[in-house]
Amino acid sequence: MSNKTELVRASLAKRYAREKRFRFWGLASIVLSLAFLAILLTTIFMQGLPAFTQTYMKLEVDLSAEALGVDANAPQDKLRAASYETVVMNALTTRFPGVTERKQKIALKKLVSSSAAYDLQAMVMADPKLIGTKQTVWVMADDDIDTYFKGNIDRNQPEADRRIKDFQLTWLDDLEAKGEVERRFNVTFFTSGDSREPEQAGILSALMGSFYTMLVTLLLSFPIGVAAAIYLEEFAPKNNPFVDFIEVNINNLAAVPSIVFGLLGLAVFIQFFGVPRSTALVGGLVLTLMTLPTIIIASRAALKAVPPSIRQAAYGMGASRVQTVFHHTLPLAMPGILTGTIIGMAQALGETAPLLMIGMVAFIVDIPQGITDPAAILPVQIYLWSDSPERAFTEKTSAAIIVLLFFLVIMNLLAVLLRKRFERRW
Amino acid sequence: MNTSIILLLLLVLAAFSYFFGRKRALAVSNGNRGVNKLHSLPGYYGNLVVVWCLLPSLIALMLWSFFSPTFISQNVISSLPAEIQNADPTKVNLFMNRVESMAKAGAIDPTTDPAQQEAARRYMELQANSNLIKAVLVFAIAGLGMFWAFRKIAPNYRARNQVEKVIVGIMIFCASIAIVTTLGIILSVLFESLRFFQTIPLTEFLFGTHWSPQTAIRTDQVGGSGSFGAIPLFAGTLLISVIALAIAVPVGLMSAIYLSEYASKRVRAWVKPGLEILAGIPTVVYGFFAALTVAPFIRTIGESIGLTVASESALAAGLVMGVMIIPFMSSLSDDVINAVPQAMRDGSYGMGATRSETIKQVILPAALPGIVGAFLLAASRAIGETMIVVMAAGLSANLTANPLEAVTTVTVQIVTLLTGDQEFDSPKTLAAFALGLTLFVLTLILNIFALRIVRKYREQYE
Amino acid sequence: MNTVALTNDTMPLPTAKDVSAASSKDQPLDIQTIVEELKQASQPVGVPFLDDPKFYTRDVDVFYNQAKQAIFGVDLDIGKNEVIAMIGPSGCGKSTFLRCLNRMNDTIDGCKVTGQLLLDGEDIYGKDQDPVLLRARVGMVFQKPNPFPKSIYDNVAYGPRIHGLTTNRSELDDIVEDSLKKAGLFNEVKDRLQSPGTGLSGGQQQRLCIARAIAVSPEVILMDEPTSALDPIATATIEELIDELRQSFTICIVTHSMQQAARISQRTAYFHLGYLVEVNKTNTVFTNPQHRLTENYITGRFG
Repeated sequence: MSNKTELVRASLAKRYAREKRFRFWGLASIVLSLAFLAILLTTIFMQGLPAFTQTYMKLEVDLSAEALGVDANAPQDKLRAASYETVVMNALTTRFPGVTERKQKIALKKLVSSSAAYDLQAMVMADPKLIGTKQTVWVMADDDIDTYFKGNIDRNQPEADRRIKDFQLTWLDDLEAKGEVERRFNVTFFTSGDSREPEQAGILSALMGSFYTMLVTLLLSFPIGVAAAIYLEEFAPKNNPFVDFIEVNINNLAAVPSIVFGLLGLAVFIQFFGVPRSTALVGGLVLTLMTLPTIIIASRAALKAVPPSIRQAAYGMGASRVQTVFHHTLPLAMPGILTGTIIGMAQALGETAPLLMIGMVAFIVDIPQGITDPAAILPVQIYLWSDSPERAFTEKTSAAIIVLLFFLVIMNLLAVLLRKRFERRW
Repeated sequence: MNTSIILLLLLVLAAFSYFFGRKRALAVSNGNRGVNKLHSLPGYYGNLVVVWCLLPSLIALMLWSFFSPTFISQNVISSLPAEIQNADPTKVNLFMNRVESMAKAGAIDPTTDPAQQEAARRYMELQANSNLIKAVLVFAIAGLGMFWAFRKIAPNYRARNQVEKVIVGIMIFCASIAIVTTLGIILSVLFESLRFFQTIPLTEFLFGTHWSPQTAIRTDQVGGSGSFGAIPLFAGTLLISVIALAIAVPVGLMSAIYLSEYASKRVRAWVKPGLEILAGIPTVVYGFFAALTVAPFIRTIGESIGLTVASESALAAGLVMGVMIIPFMSSLSDDVINAVPQAMRDGSYGMGATRSETIKQVILPAALPGIVGAFLLAASRAIGETMIVVMAAGLSANLTANPLEAVTTVTVQIVTLLTGDQEFDSPKTLAAFALGLTLFVLTLILNIFALRIVRKYREQYE
Repeated sequence: MNTVALTNDTMPLPTAKDVSAASSKDQPLDIQTIVEELKQASQPVGVPFLDDPKFYTRDVDVFYNQAKQAIFGVDLDIGKNEVIAMIGPSGCGKSTFLRCLNRMNDTIDGCKVTGQLLLDGEDIYGKDQDPVLLRARVGMVFQKPNPFPKSIYDNVAYGPRIHGLTTNRSELDDIVEDSLKKAGLFNEVKDRLQSPGTGLSGGQQQRLCIARAIAVSPEVILMDEPTSALDPIATATIEELIDELRQSFTICIVTHSMQQAARISQRTAYFHLGYLVEVNKTNTVFTNPQHRLTENYITGRFG
């Protein structure tokens, strides 16, 4: 006996060392995953947060009739076509006199965003009496200037490697010293559609596109998914080959790569049924097919969790099967079903690959007005921007990701709350 | 009258149907002293009328809307001048596309060919007629249905049973959509793939080692007919998936083990949501991170120790994909490990085994089938993952096993071949469907195999 | 509960040695009073203490999650090479007490044990006590047969392997054969030692678990309702086996079946609501119970 005790005791140190090592690897795995998550989120936030502000530049514009080429009494279409760009250019040359070299002139013009002229246009058209007056306006700076002021261009680099040259730096230092540049909240980012100019690009069209796409997806997948789940859980005969086949299909569809659904959408919805390309409608249809398995599986689990005694009580009162389901089982399972639906929708909101197949990669400036207008969606917008070379678009991409993550967090919180609020232990 | 107005009117009609059906049910029962003589609640009679009003008319509407465009174009084509009709089918198609777009816009462009103008006019006329007939037909059917159901209302008529039958029918239809979807996937990729394999032999596709799908746009262009040997794509997919799984499987499995066997409740309550966040991040975000942060990082490190690293290396894509799959692997393994009965652990602890001995020698062997299933599902996920590789892996179809070089994958090529404006039946786009078919078949086999293993495993301990 | 008094006359009246037992014979059994009485008693009725015991336990309290106390001040000695049966209604704490003896309760989150528990004079819950070593000395057999999903051979060899008891294969073979023989299973399985242990019948599986437990030659074997999942024939085999094992091991068995306790044990301990009520020679407990709770239990008035 004691011989055995000694043997066991002798091996103990080694065994506990092994135990510790194993435990360490487990902990290390978790730390690794969470560290990656932290790095990913920090990087995105560090890159993206500056995009919520935008550099504005103060301009003294002379809205003289001769520079504009119209007077205050001109009709609307003349007003619209007036040469506001000249006014902007004049304002810049007055601010920085003595610029003669062609290259520098171009650079001077590119200090401010091309939207400056449109801002003036809107201002004058709203109040033609401004013609002939001098005004102080704040206009958006060009994306390179914006990038510089956000500290993303290193002025100690050799000049040839920089997008901002030395002569521009002297201008910018002068502007900064006199307080003629300012960082403001970037409203444009939330109120405009995509643009080739980074400083004018916004996510509104993508947001609306995502909204309409999600609307179509929700309206289709929720009723269909719940109906299918009810049938499979409450009505379907057991050990019926047809029902088994449906189940195999659902489980398998849940694991089919998303891009294959894109191929389906392209070949069936667009080519065969002639649904218009690039629209929220076709995107919603594809995402519906993708989301259905998630909703069906979650709804079935929720229905299964309702104890049979409830059903038996209803049957005992003489309720029909359909009445039992709609009066008792379904309302009790609803929180679980809604949770599953929200999670499915969150997945759909972040989905990109299948939508690339059905033409949702088009460059969309206009804000879609309905489900049959061409639309981009948020993840696709992220994909498109991430492909653009400008430094300013990297920032926008991260900002768009932050917005996307914001919506996903909201949806998941909603799901968690719902689960907590209605959690029921039978 | 367009479809949305018809739908709106049908809904109004349905509301009326319900109201009158219910009223009639009450009326017929009144003679027999009240509602309790009715077989079903009055509302069911209302619903029955609604069903008879909507169901047939909606089906008619759908059929008409689906077939009438084909019918109209056929009619217009047959009325065209003979020389156009006998021309090459693609020309006829082009001609008809113009006609249809003019008709849809509702304005006939006077600068076009007179034959086209004539055809567009005819098209518009036929369409107007068709819409009129559609409206009349749909409302006639709706009215007939209503009338029929209305006539049937009687105290002993089993309205509830009828309505419930329809409800269950609709549910069966909804459940069958899963089958229809699978069928749709198979048919869509299969048909286009078959067309692809008519031009490119299957053996060349499966065993060719050169992939360059750029076909000549004009016949006189140099650049040949493109080659479609998919081996480099398969190799690239395999390489990236192997890297991803090499990270995701051990890390995911160890995380699951730690969470289910070691972690205290408090730790679990914090770490599990953390992993769920990792799972909830959209793949496009991972792709962006891989391309913009991880790839340059790997490149810098590689170059600092004297290695040449491509700017879009397989390693970067695989690494990030691995992280993406970690939560998937860990939650599947967690389920599997928790399914091992507590009695097994007790038995082992009762013998004096330490935790790690119990895990390694009892729990993991017991959970092995489930873990294999989880592994297969993770592999299927890695193979089918698209956005990360599209953004971080690049397009060059290199046949290499070096993770520091750039490779391309099946999914990347599908995306590249199908985005941008393409003719639908050029070999280039068809190749995408052939790749899609390969991908679908491969993942289908993995999924079915994995799901079967996991289910068998669950049943064992239930 | 009111029917207790009515059926009283069919039972042989016990000789009233104990005050609480005698005085309250005709009172209805009400939980409040029972608990009060049990709280008052300083030690169990009967003969709880022995000279030179294997286990020495005093004032053992067990808590689950602080709020819920499962065992209240148990005092009990368990002798060497005896079979002690622990009986009582479900949820009375007998299994919990059993699991304290080899610290199996450690594996349950939030379980706390206080009081004095000694094995051969060593503190079971002491700082320098190693649970791994302890469990190698105090083996356990569970309610449901739980062979590992391994071969019969590997099941039995599991303990010796993890504890490093043997260094060569033939020694291990000997241990496995010997253990299976002691568990009375060897003849049934000697031709299929490499087939999975889960393929055996329920009774065989339980004997495999016993073989597994004795393969590390423990000093004590704890058995937690080892036959409750088995049919009567398998139960009889296991009972015979326990009787043989008594020669070399101390055995503590929790059982639901009073007949089983009467058949195989030398001493019996009766638990009720987390209190140890009465301990005595098995014969005495069943023929002449001294506490009215014990009497009511063994006469089948509640269970």
